[in-house]
Amino acid sequence: MKVPLSWLKDYVGITVPPDELAHRLTMAGTEVEKIERTASWDNVVVGHVRSVRPHPNADRLRLVTVFNGESEVEVVCGAPNVADGQTIAYAGIGAVLADPYSDEPGATHRLKKSKIRGVESNGMVCSEKELGLSGEHEGILVLDTDAAPGTPLGDVLGDVVLDAELTPNRPDCLGIVGIAREVAVLTGQELRLPPVEYAESPVPTASLATVRIDDPDLCPRYTATVISGVKIGPSPEWLAERLRAIGERPINNIVDVTNYVMFELGQPLHAFDYDRVAGHTVIVRRAAAGEMLVTLDGKDRKLDGEMLLIADPEKGIGLAGVMGGANSEIDGSTKTVFLESATFIGPNNRRTSSALGLRSQATLRFEKGLRSGLAEVALRRATRLILELAGGEAASGIIDEHPGRDAEQQSVSLTREKLARVLGTEVPAEKVDATLSSLGFDVSETAAGWEAQIPYWRSDVTIPEDLIEEVARIIGYDEVPVTPPAGRVPTWQPRPEITTRNRAVDALVRAGMQEIISYAATSESKEGRVPLGGDALEHVRMLNPVSADHAVMRRTLRESVLNAVSRNLRSWRGPVALFETGHVFGSVGEGLPRERVMIAGAFAGPANEVSWTDGARAADFFDAKGAVETVLAEFHVEGEFAAVEDPALTPGRTAEITVPAAGGVRIGVTGDVRGKVLAAFDIDGTSVSLFELELDGLQSVAQAVGPADIYSPIVRYQDSARDLALLIDRATPTALVTAIARKSRLVSSATVFDVFDGKGLPEGKKSIAVRVVYQSPNKTLTAEELAKSEAGILRALESQLGATLRV
Amino acid sequence: MTSSGAADTEESITSLKDEALAGLAAASGAEALEQWRVEFLGRKGRLTGVLRNLGSLDESARRSAGAAANRLKGELEAAFDERRTASQRSGTETGPGDSGRSGGRTGAIDVTLPGRRSRTGRLHPSTQMIREMLEAFNEMGFQTVEGNEVELERYNFDMLNLPADHPARDMQDTIWIDRSSRSEGGGVLLRTQTSPMQPRTMEKQDPPVRIVSPGKCFRIEATDATHEWQFHQVEGLAVDEGLSFADLKGTLYEFARRIFGAGRKVRFRCDFFPFVEPGVDMSVDWNGRWVEILGAGMVHPQVLRNVGYDPEKYTGFAFGVGPERVAMLKYGIEDIRHFFSNDLRFLSQF
Repeated sequence: MKVPLSWLKDYVGITVPPDELAHRLTMAGTEVEKIERTASWDNVVVGHVRSVRPHPNADRLRLVTVFNGESEVEVVCGAPNVADGQTIAYAGIGAVLADPYSDEPGATHRLKKSKIRGVESNGMVCSEKELGLSGEHEGILVLDTDAAPGTPLGDVLGDVVLDAELTPNRPDCLGIVGIAREVAVLTGQELRLPPVEYAESPVPTASLATVRIDDPDLCPRYTATVISGVKIGPSPEWLAERLRAIGERPINNIVDVTNYVMFELGQPLHAFDYDRVAGHTVIVRRAAAGEMLVTLDGKDRKLDGEMLLIADPEKGIGLAGVMGGANSEIDGSTKTVFLESATFIGPNNRRTSSALGLRSQATLRFEKGLRSGLAEVALRRATRLILELAGGEAASGIIDEHPGRDAEQQSVSLTREKLARVLGTEVPAEKVDATLSSLGFDVSETAAGWEAQIPYWRSDVTIPEDLIEEVARIIGYDEVPVTPPAGRVPTWQPRPEITTRNRAVDALVRAGMQEIISYAATSESKEGRVPLGGDALEHVRMLNPVSADHAVMRRTLRESVLNAVSRNLRSWRGPVALFETGHVFGSVGEGLPRERVMIAGAFAGPANEVSWTDGARAADFFDAKGAVETVLAEFHVEGEFAAVEDPALTPGRTAEITVPAAGGVRIGVTGDVRGKVLAAFDIDGTSVSLFELELDGLQSVAQAVGPADIYSPIVRYQDSARDLALLIDRATPTALVTAIARKSRLVSSATVFDVFDGKGLPEGKKSIAVRVVYQSPNKTLTAEELAKSEAGILRALESQLGATLRV
Repeated sequence: MTSSGAADTEESITSLKDEALAGLAAASGAEALEQWRVEFLGRKGRLTGVLRNLGSLDESARRSAGAAANRLKGELEAAFDERRTASQRSGTETGPGDSGRSGGRTGAIDVTLPGRRSRTGRLHPSTQMIREMLEAFNEMGFQTVEGNEVELERYNFDMLNLPADHPARDMQDTIWIDRSSRSEGGGVLLRTQTSPMQPRTMEKQDPPVRIVSPGKCFRIEATDATHEWQFHQVEGLAVDEGLSFADLKGTLYEFARRIFGAGRKVRFRCDFFPFVEPGVDMSVDWNGRWVEILGAGMVHPQVLRNVGYDPEKYTGFAFGVGPERVAMLKYGIEDIRHFFSNDLRFLSQF
C-alpha cells in the first residue's frame, strides 16, 4: 500500500520526519518497507543566497555566496534573476543534474569543481531545467519554502510516499485514513476525518430504487444512494494525481470517486448506471450454476452456484465485491448513478475471485472481512464527492438493507487478570483505557477489567488477546519485561529415529564425507536415469509444482547423490566423497504418502587429497563399504556383505548389507554404479561407488547392542599374532576364511591383510594372508597351544574351503 | 650339466636369498632401497642372472630350481614392497635415516612438509546452523521433534487457525499434492512450515509442552538470490500455565544472544501470524540495518482450543526461524541458491 504523505496530511498533522514516522508505524505492526520520494536529487539542498557580486572577468556572470546549511560557498552564476536573500536549490559537487545544453532527452552530467572565467565555482544554483522539472532555463528556480538550508530538495519539492507492507488482519490500513489513525495515535496528533455531509433533494431514495438481499449469509449489509443529473467527465487534477500516485489509472469522475473513497476509507464501492438497472431493482443473490456475466474488463465469466451476483430482475449486473458488469457500466451518457456500498463475506468473496482469477482491489479488502458499519460512512463520503465533482442531486436518505445487523459482534471484554497473565506484566488501568480509546474503542470499565466497543473500521479485533495486542503494540513491545521462561520443563522423551540418524551422519562425517542437501522433489525423467532397486511405489505428484524439474517427490536419494558427484567431478579437484540424508516418498493413494528416511553416499575420483607420503589411489568399492562399516562400528556391530543384484549397480561388484547381530536385518546395499547409469549422469572415465542405507534398518541395528554388550574386561595375558598365507579358490569369499578362524575358541580376531591373485599362482586360485590373533582370558598361550589351535584352523579351512597353506 | 649342477644352483639361490634379505634390512633411505632393487631384482640383477643360468640344467633340475628361483623372486619383491612402504611411513627417505635400535628417531627432517591428514568431512551449513539452534533451545528445555515433509492441510493450516479461504494463506503460497490423495485431513500438501508439529504434538500430550521442530519446508517462490522454494525452518512451541509474552521475550533474547553474541542489538515489533496473538517479529541489527529473522507470538487461543486445551488455563508461545537466512547473515553468503547446489566449493568452506 502506497501512502503519499501529501494525502495523509489531509487527515493528520505530520510532526516527525518521514524515517521516524516509518519507524513508529513499523514497530506498531504496519511495516514500512521503503520511503520513496517522487522527486529526489543527490546532493541538491535548499540554500540561501547571502550575497551577489559581479564577476571580475565577465559581464553576464555573477559571483553568488550561498549558505548550504553547513557553510558559505561561492558559486559562479549566469542567471539574471539571482538576488540576495533568495531561497534557492543549491547543487553541491557530485550532484547529477539534467544537462541543459544536450539535445538528447534525459541526458545528465555530474557536477564537478570548475573554474569559470578564472573564478572557481563550488557547485551551482539550479534552474528548473537542470533539476529536470521543466524546460525553463532562463533563470534560477526561486523556492517558496521556509525549510532550513541543507534540507534535501526532494523533501521540499516532491512528495514522500511510504510503501507499507500490510498484514492481512488490517484491512482498515488499506485506506489512507486507517494509516492516518495509526499515525495520530503513535504521534499524539488529532485525526481529522473527511467530511461526509451533503445536501439531499426532497425525493426519497427509497422511491427511486429497491434493494433485495436473497442471500444474507453472504451479504450482511447493502447501502445505496441515487444521484441524478450528474455530468460525466474527467476528474479534477488533484484527484487524478492522487490516484496516479498510488498506481491507479483515472477513468471518469464517478468511477474515480468510488476508487478514491476505497483508497481513503478502505471500503470498496461500485457505481451503476441507474437507467441500465432494470426496474431500478437490485437483487443480491447467488448465481445460478453456469450463469454468464460479462465483467467490466470485457471478459465472459461463467459463474458457479456459490458466487454472489448483483442482479436486476432480468440479468446479472455485477459480481459482488469483485468486479462490476459491463452492461451497467458508467459511461459518458450516464445521467443517474446508483451507488452501492455493501458488505460481502470474506471467504466467499475470496473463493469467487480465486476461482475466476480476478484479484481486484475490492477483493483485496472484502476477503479480509469488513465491518458493516464502514459501508454507510463510505457511501455518504462518496455521494458527497460525486455531488462536488459531477454535480447533480442526491435523493434523501439512503437505502439500507442490513440483515446481518444483529449477528455482528459489537464488543470485546478483557480482564485485568488476563492482560497481566498474557503479557507477564501489569499495565496501569488508565494506560489501557487511554490506549484503547485513542484507537477508537469506546471503553468502559467493568468489575474485572474493560469492555471495549469495536469501532466500525476494525474487523480484526474479536477476542481479548486482540485487545492485549492493541495495548502492547501502542505502548511498545519494548515495555514488556524480559523473563527467563517460567513453567514446567516436560519429561524428556526419547526420539530414537533422530538419535540414530544423527549418529550415522556424524560417523560419515568422521569418515571424511561431506554432507549435501538436495531438493526433495525431482522430475520423473531425471529420476528415471537411475533404477531404484527394491520395491517402487508410485510417484507422489504435485498439482502446482514450482517447475517441471520438480514435479514429483523423490523416491530415492540415488539421483541427487549421483547428480552431486557428476557436477563436482567437473569442478572439484580433490576426493568426491559425499552423502545425503533425507526423506523419500511413495504414493499409497489417499492421504499421506509413505515417507522414509534414507542415507546415501558416493565416492568418486581420488580417494584422498594429493600427498607426498602416499601414492594417489582412485576411490573404489571398498571406500563405500568402508563408510558403511564406519557407520556400523558406531553401533558396535559388524555387517555381512553378500553379493546381490541391483539394477543400478554392477553385477559382481554389489553387496547387500545385513547385520547378524540385529537378527539379520537388511540395512541397505553398496556397490559400483553401472556404466550406463554413469553415462546418464554424464560421468565418464571414472567409477563411482555408492551406498544406500535405510534408517528403519539402522534403528534395529542401533538397538542390537546395548551398553552391557559393549564392554568386556581387559585381558591381562599377552596375546599372540600369527600370519597365515593361504591358497584358496578365487571364487571363495575371504569372509568365509576369517569366519572359520574366528570360530576357534582361542582366536580373538582374524583379519585379511593381503590378497593376491596375479601371476605365479595355480590356475583359479588366489593367495590371501590372514593375521590371526590368539588370546586366552586365563593365561598366556604356549607355543604348543598356539600350534595346536592353528593346526585346527588349517584343518577346518582345508576340509570346508579346500584352502591350503602356501609355502 | 649334472644334478650336482642343480644342487649348486639351489644352494646359490638360498645364499642369494640370505644376502638379499640382509642387504634389504640394511638399506636405508629411498636411494639405498633403489640400489638394492637394481642389484637383486633389476633386469640385469643377480636373480635374473641365476634364472639365466638355468638353461644349462637338465629338465627336472631346471624345473625344481626354476620354481625355487621364482618363489624367491616373489619373496624378494614382497619384502621389498613392505620395506619401502615402511620406509615411507617412517619418513626415513627424506632424512638421514633413523637411529635404528635406540628407539626415538634423530636427524633433521623438513618440518614444513604437510602432515598426514585424514580427509575432512563436514556437515552441510544448514545442518550446522540447525544443530546450533536446536542446542540453544534444547538447553532451555525444548525437545526436538520431527515430522513428515508431506502434510495434511488440516495440520499445516486448519488446526493453526488458518481455515480455507483465509487471506493469510496468501502469506504461504502452497504446493499441493495431486487431488487423488485428498482425505479426511483435507488436501495433501508440501508443508509450508514445520508448525504442523504443534497440533500433532499437542493432540498427543497434555501440557507442559516444549518442543522445537526442524525440517524442510516448501513454498511457491520464484527462485533468486534471496528466495528459495525449499528452505529449512526451526520452529518452537511452549505451552503451560502462566507462560507470558515476557517469557517469550526471555526465550528469544537468550536464543539471539547464543546465536549472534551478547553485543548484537535485537528488537521486537508487532507483526501478524494467524496462529499467534499478539504477534511478534524479531529483528537483529546488522550493520545498522534491521533484519527480520524470526516470527513469533503468544499461541492463539483458537489453536489451543483446536487440540482440546483450555485457553483460560493455559497460555503459550511459538516462534519460527530460518537457518539459511541466519547463516547467510553470519557468513555473508550472497546467494541462497548455493545451499542446495551441492557444490563442494561452497560446502567445504563451512
